[in-house]
Amino acid sequence: MTNAMKLIEVKGLKKNFGELGVLKGIDEVIYKGEVVSIIGASGSGKSTFLRCLNRLEEPSEGTILFEGVDITDKKVNIDKHRQKIGMVFQHFNVFPHLTVLDNITITPILEKKMKKEEAEAKAMTLLEMIGLADKAHEFPRKLSGGQKQRLAIVRALAMEPDVMLFDEPTSALDPEMVKEVLEVIKKLAEEGMTCVIVTHEMAFAKQISNRVLFIDEGIVKESGSPEDVFDHPKDPRLVEFLSKVL
Amino acid sequence: MYAKIWANLVLLVSKYYKQFFIGILGTLKISAISVIFGTLLGTLIAVGKLSKSKVLNSILNFYTDFIRGTPLLLQLFFFYLFFPDIIGVDWSKQTCILVALCINSSAYVSEIIRAGIQAVDSGQKEAAKSLGMSDRNMMIKIILPQAVKNILPAIGNELIMMVKETSLCSTFFLPDVMTTTKALQTSLYMTVEPLIIAGLIYFVLTSLLSKCVGLLEKRLSVSD
Repeated sequence: MTNAMKLIEVKGLKKNFGELGVLKGIDEVIYKGEVVSIIGASGSGKSTFLRCLNRLEEPSEGTILFEGVDITDKKVNIDKHRQKIGMVFQHFNVFPHLTVLDNITITPILEKKMKKEEAEAKAMTLLEMIGLADKAHEFPRKLSGGQKQRLAIVRALAMEPDVMLFDEPTSALDPEMVKEVLEVIKKLAEEGMTCVIVTHEMAFAKQISNRVLFIDEGIVKESGSPEDVFDHPKDPRLVEFLSKVL
Repeated sequence: MYAKIWANLVLLVSKYYKQFFIGILGTLKISAISVIFGTLLGTLIAVGKLSKSKVLNSILNFYTDFIRGTPLLLQLFFFYLFFPDIIGVDWSKQTCILVALCINSSAYVSEIIRAGIQAVDSGQKEAAKSLGMSDRNMMIKIILPQAVKNILPAIGNELIMMVKETSLCSTFFLPDVMTTTKALQTSLYMTVEPLIIAGLIYFVLTSLLSKCVGLLEKRLSVSD
């Protein structure tokens, strides 16, 4: 991976909530085209780490270089960079007052000054990809959880991001809907999209990732290929964690 | 005695309904103007309150606390007697009172709007931010349309409150239901009869408005 392009470079990242230190110094590089899964117990800081990557959480210390630009610099226009960093949330966060189609087109039209027809044509292609083209003019309340999450994924894709962040994308779903969402993420990964995925789906993480990070107590305790991390864990906390979840 | 009251009531309704009608229009006009401009000003104040500036926050919080913490009648007197001199303008009595009512309304409405905006799920803001939406677009296209559902019925209730509060304007003889009532009391030497009519008018007005707010609430909840 040394020749690959560094997409995100995190240096000395710390995040405190008041007195509580959630991230205690993380140095990590995400390369272009990589699929990185982040695992760890609840409260370990893995979601906070992910949310720092697009500054939904403001880092307390450290720098984050995205495509070579320090996005922790207060002077950068973070909105412009966020357009290149797609994010998918646990609770979907689709816009309930907009139709499925408008959910996808609103940001490209507003922020990229894309023509309405062009944005809608593109959105329809995306909806066809996830099999929701027939729901284009429905409101999200008519969709199932799995459909909402697939919509949220293509809403982010419509901005043509260079990386996709997934924050426990299947944790709020009914079990029978997990697969349809994971299929979409898998397809993206196979098409070469850089993905950073915080997940509790260990089998999925093992199958899809190039690299797995184990975050515990605010630091990356172990990092490596899925085989190394899942089959030959070294860190005792990771061994303990895996014994509970596998 | 009851026969006399009844006769007077019939006389008032049959002969002076026009005066009451003018009063009703006045009350509705004053209330509507206060709430409409109060809402415009209140929206700006609410946005200011939600901004990150600590100085702005404390100023605006003091503004709302002060206005909500002092009697409306006192505010009306202040604006009527001093305010034009303080800022050096030559306003009519009516303008002074209307400005006071708008400012009073803005304090209440700003709290309604602030609460309505904060009640929108924080995930909506995060989703808009993560897509790279500017703060302005996020507010106008994502947050406010959803907040309206919480806000509109509450502003309807504010209008109902205002219909009653504007009766204080009769202290300054602005044309409203209460001023009509006072005028009829003195000119016809009646005490209780005009008050009975005024009471009924206020009750019918507020009941009708309540019904409208109820319908509005129902309609807005359809999309949930």
